[in-house]
Amino acid sequence: MTNDYIIDIQHLSKSFGDVKVLDDINFYVRRGEFVTLLGPSGCGKTTLLRQIAGFIAPDEGRILLEGKDISGIPPYKRPLNTVFQRYALFPHLDVFDNVAFGLKLQNVPAKEIEVRVKKMLKMVSMSDYEDRSVDSLSGGQQQRVAIARALVNYPKVLLLDEPLAALDLKMRKDMQMELKEIHRKMGITFIYVTHDQEEALTLSDTIVVLNEGRIQQIGTPADIYNEPVNSFVADFIGDSTILNGTMICDRRVEFMGHEFDCVDEGFGENVPVDVVVRPEDVYIMNQLEGAQFSGVVQSCIFKGVHYEMFVETDKGYELMVQDYNSFEPGSTVGLLIRPSDIQVMRKERTCNTLEAEVEDDKHVNMLGCSWECEVPSEFAPGDKVLAEVAFDKVDLWDNQADGKLGGEVHFLLYKGNHYHLTVLTDDGDHLWVDTNDIWDKGDLVGIDIAPSDIKLRRRDG
Amino acid sequence: MVKRSTWSLPYLIFMVMFVVLPLLLIVLYAFQDGSGHFTLSNITRFFTDSDSLSTFAVSVEVAIENTLICVLLGYPAAWILANRKLNRSAVTVVLFIMPMWINALMRTLATAELFNMLGFTLGKGTLLFGMVYDYLPFMIYPIYNTLMKMDNSYAEAAEDLGAAPWTVFWKVTVPLSLPGVMSGVLMVFMPTVSTFAISEFLTNNKIKLFGTIIQENINSSMWNYGAALAFIMLIIIGITSFFGESRQDEAEGGLI
Repeated sequence: MTNDYIIDIQHLSKSFGDVKVLDDINFYVRRGEFVTLLGPSGCGKTTLLRQIAGFIAPDEGRILLEGKDISGIPPYKRPLNTVFQRYALFPHLDVFDNVAFGLKLQNVPAKEIEVRVKKMLKMVSMSDYEDRSVDSLSGGQQQRVAIARALVNYPKVLLLDEPLAALDLKMRKDMQMELKEIHRKMGITFIYVTHDQEEALTLSDTIVVLNEGRIQQIGTPADIYNEPVNSFVADFIGDSTILNGTMICDRRVEFMGHEFDCVDEGFGENVPVDVVVRPEDVYIMNQLEGAQFSGVVQSCIFKGVHYEMFVETDKGYELMVQDYNSFEPGSTVGLLIRPSDIQVMRKERTCNTLEAEVEDDKHVNMLGCSWECEVPSEFAPGDKVLAEVAFDKVDLWDNQADGKLGGEVHFLLYKGNHYHLTVLTDDGDHLWVDTNDIWDKGDLVGIDIAPSDIKLRRRDG
Repeated sequence: MVKRSTWSLPYLIFMVMFVVLPLLLIVLYAFQDGSGHFTLSNITRFFTDSDSLSTFAVSVEVAIENTLICVLLGYPAAWILANRKLNRSAVTVVLFIMPMWINALMRTLATAELFNMLGFTLGKGTLLFGMVYDYLPFMIYPIYNTLMKMDNSYAEAAEDLGAAPWTVFWKVTVPLSLPGVMSGVLMVFMPTVSTFAISEFLTNNKIKLFGTIIQENINSSMWNYGAALAFIMLIIIGITSFFGESRQDEAEGGLI
């Protein structure tokens, strides 16, 4: 069967030392598509792009270009070109020679080189700069030359590594439009790396959301925005309030202490879920008539197009609301969310499940140290078991030495009335913690768990 | 309150006493005869004396040869040292630079002894060997510095545009490291022209260099002619360094 995949990435993995940067990456790119790899810094997106370009060899997996495995082919033999983040224009060559660099290597006749370089410089609006030295160009101009230098070779795929990151906001917006126009005119496949979700939503046909070396979601910008598959994607793309909820039955979900109609089905009955509410999807009004629930406005900030308000609901949850009208802080308002605007997501986990080994009738070993707990009599020392710890039963301390082991706050999510933290322990294990205390990303914490909160169960299989 | 510029006074005095005054004295002596009258004869004597001229030619020739050999040996060495795949330790770099810390005279004497012991005839070959041995680190270090500071993304960009490793080296690495090479050339070429100790010890004065005749003249109390020769050499050094400077105005990674 033939398909139209120009790039097909299969089971790609890469580690640097002990750190798994990419873990079983699978996705494809259709011919002519504009695909964006989106994720926070350190998610592995640049590593992935560099593997496609050929600068890094994958540990496992294959990269197919038009059906052929290119994993072993050096970068200079791949019909792909890259636009580098810091441009990497050759300082010893002028603009023309920079753009002509690739064509000269291919021994293209001088006349054709001149025609193609001039055409390409015209396309990026740099026609009058042929003889200029690259040092005399502004950041935006250098970026244009870098794009021309890559595109003049008519690559099968153009790889762009955060090309607009160094430009100021206004220039970035202009360049986004130009890039989209260039993509349309040339019909070349673009693979674009960015950490800017707005840029990704603006430019892409397809977005691949990455976090911690894994693909979180692949979809069109609208899919990713409207139907995020997990709380990470919901939080990363756009503004949102993510809340704990319970799927009561099909088309009926409970969150913030109220029951709502929704459009989601197939979760089962009384299943814990995550609920995403976009701030622009909350209707806010002065009267309580016709509202589903009420709240008190806490703050109101003008954001240019709309007002952004934080409302404390009648059951004590904080909800972000965006509306064209402003509502006075302190005023009581009615709130309404339409069924189709409620996005329900399956929870990735409902408690911490850790691998543990029984030491004696009072201790288990997990997370690299020994913990006191109640060991049921069915387990003998040396048994390998699973330990379950509820999210809100993990205690965090300011001082690493106050805890049994140290860790770092890796990711945090506000869930309306508490924070849901991902804590990376010193040994690299993940712990998820619910807390009312305020922490920041990167905070060093001491971790402790009370003996009565560690529940042991048999490992399956 | 003491003005901050007065802090430079000691250095100014030092400069005047040990740099400016001697230079003035050289110029003064160069244009005087033995009895203190102004004359151009010292200068004209050099340009009419075939011995001096040929010594000068030999000096420049040896200096060019030495510089060339240093570039040819030093560039690959610097490249290997700067390549993280080939050289993972800073110790190797120190080993290459270490000879610079030892007095050149001692190294030269030791080299001469070594050649004597091994029964080599002292001559041009041993002279060049000694010079390369003495000056190679001054070539390696500036080139190594430029290569270390060079952004790896240039090489990657070239490779990405279709350049095989060898082409990347010639089209990107070499041109971008030229300021380092220029710096190295200045560091090697200029001192070689004026050296005399190496030729004295490693050729037993069979080959006379420009530095040698200056030293001989001064030693035999012919101060005026010696000063004239020194003056001519200064001008040549001045020209080369000016020429070098203008070519590498924005050069990074020099030795100094």
